[in-house]
Amino acid sequence: MKILVCIKQVPDLESRFKPNASNTWFDEADLAYRMNEYDEYAVEQAVQLREECGDSSDLTVLSIGPDRVVEAIKKALAMGCDRAVHIQDQAVSSRDPWQIASIISAYAREHKFDLIFTGMQSQDRGSAQVGAMLAELLGVSCATTVVGFSCKDNVVTAKRELEGGVKGVMRMKTPALVTCQLGLNIPRYPTLPNIMKAKKKEIIALPVADLLKEESLAKTTSFHPPAKKGGGLLVEGDIADQVDKVLALLKEKTAVLR
Amino acid sequence: MKTLLIGEFREGKLLDSTYELFGFAGQAADEPVMFMVGSETQLPSFGGRLYLADAAACGEYNPDLHKQLILNVVQKENPDRIVFVHSSYGWDLAPRVAVALKAAQVSEVVAIQEGGFEVGCCNGKMRRIVKPSTPQTVITIQAGAFQGVQPGGTPQVTRLAAPGGGTMEFVGYEPAEEKGVDLAKAEVIVSAGRGVGKKDNVAIIAALAKALGGELGASRPVVDAEWVAHDHQVGTTGQTVSPKLYVACGISGAIQHLAGMKKSDFILAINKDKDAPIGEVADVLVVADVMQFVPALTAKLAK
Repeated sequence: MKILVCIKQVPDLESRFKPNASNTWFDEADLAYRMNEYDEYAVEQAVQLREECGDSSDLTVLSIGPDRVVEAIKKALAMGCDRAVHIQDQAVSSRDPWQIASIISAYAREHKFDLIFTGMQSQDRGSAQVGAMLAELLGVSCATTVVGFSCKDNVVTAKRELEGGVKGVMRMKTPALVTCQLGLNIPRYPTLPNIMKAKKKEIIALPVADLLKEESLAKTTSFHPPAKKGGGLLVEGDIADQVDKVLALLKEKTAVLR
Repeated sequence: MKTLLIGEFREGKLLDSTYELFGFAGQAADEPVMFMVGSETQLPSFGGRLYLADAAACGEYNPDLHKQLILNVVQKENPDRIVFVHSSYGWDLAPRVAVALKAAQVSEVVAIQEGGFEVGCCNGKMRRIVKPSTPQTVITIQAGAFQGVQPGGTPQVTRLAAPGGGTMEFVGYEPAEEKGVDLAKAEVIVSAGRGVGKKDNVAIIAALAKALGGELGASRPVVDAEWVAHDHQVGTTGQTVSPKLYVACGISGAIQHLAGMKKSDFILAINKDKDAPIGEVADVLVVADVMQFVPALTAKLAK
């Protein structure tokens, strides 16, 4: 079984974001990067499937971006992917989901993967488009927002998370793509021996120009903080004062303190 | 502009969120036409044209087939916009339709702005304006961002035959887990978020809940990490609550969490980041380390 997992490197979402010079995305200076959280679940599920299938299977991890994304790729290799493809793109943050899906499909079409895993969305853009678009471009079945997964005899059973705690169970034949939701599994921490082993694994670098043949369909024209709705009271200062202030507020504004 | 709204139907019922689509169309001053896979017995209160496929024949979830039906209607109506709710149905189907039409897709729109659509990003901390450059646009709207509107009237229904096919087989629904804790009845809820740091610290949050006579709640990451059981989860995929007092401890405020608690009478948030999106809905935001502030508050309450 040939498996592909697509990952994105995103900034730590606890960071403070400032607009870049063109006011279309954040300024990358001073940000720490990590693997998109949803993609960690995708990598874990891909590695579990790789382990179930044994040596007849093969797992590639793919990421698009500048050199910094190699850090996320190395983590995926240490988690158990066999090899990596780094599509080198300095302008990745200016691409729309259509272009990202087109780039990946140009690579994936040639390699005929049986199963593709992606996160259901990225933590920074949150569009939830690339996975389903990629499946559509490749003409393969696709289940999104998956919280349960199994694959036997080339049939995938996927449990989709719906609203209100309800789940929807569906089946599809491979080739197929699933987009992974938080809670699908418990992503492993790379162990030191596996981190060392990963250093010897192949990382294939491809220039994005070889794969990108599409213009963007949408552009970001502004990046800014949300308008403050006001109303909320900020309580700062030392802990004892904060506690006194909050207790006074709760007594005044709520009926729960007796 | 002509807009094709994609209604939602699940487990035999028209979903209320369908009316938020009319809210969007109203704000955009668009001429709405609706499509849905649903039932004759559950027609939306709308006097315009409705293209209706029967859920019994098409399945409530069959994306290949639903996509094909939508594409047929698009061909007939030639809408400028095709609008879905950003839900498990909408975000699943919209990209498939967008690719088939090679139309720009804008996800989780919160507002219509001059020259584009406003969407959230960076975990709700920032916003973008996205401007599509294709003649047709596929849009998903954030649940709750556009006030639901019932236009009234009875639709002129065009029935669509099921085209058959689809490569995916829907097996069935799995109901939500039994609730051990009914948070909807609690007057006070004190919720733990990722900011509490580790599983052992949840007890400190639970102690504050007890001191306030309330229940323990939790955000999704804390439940996924198995620090707290799922029946305590507040948010879109957990419970929707509106207690007299909601205390959010170390919860940054992802949109899915906010959707589950923003109707609380009074919201107290404790977060070390004063820009955290929870500040958008909080009445009071205490800027502090949750593990220092919460025990101090609990101790003072005990006096």
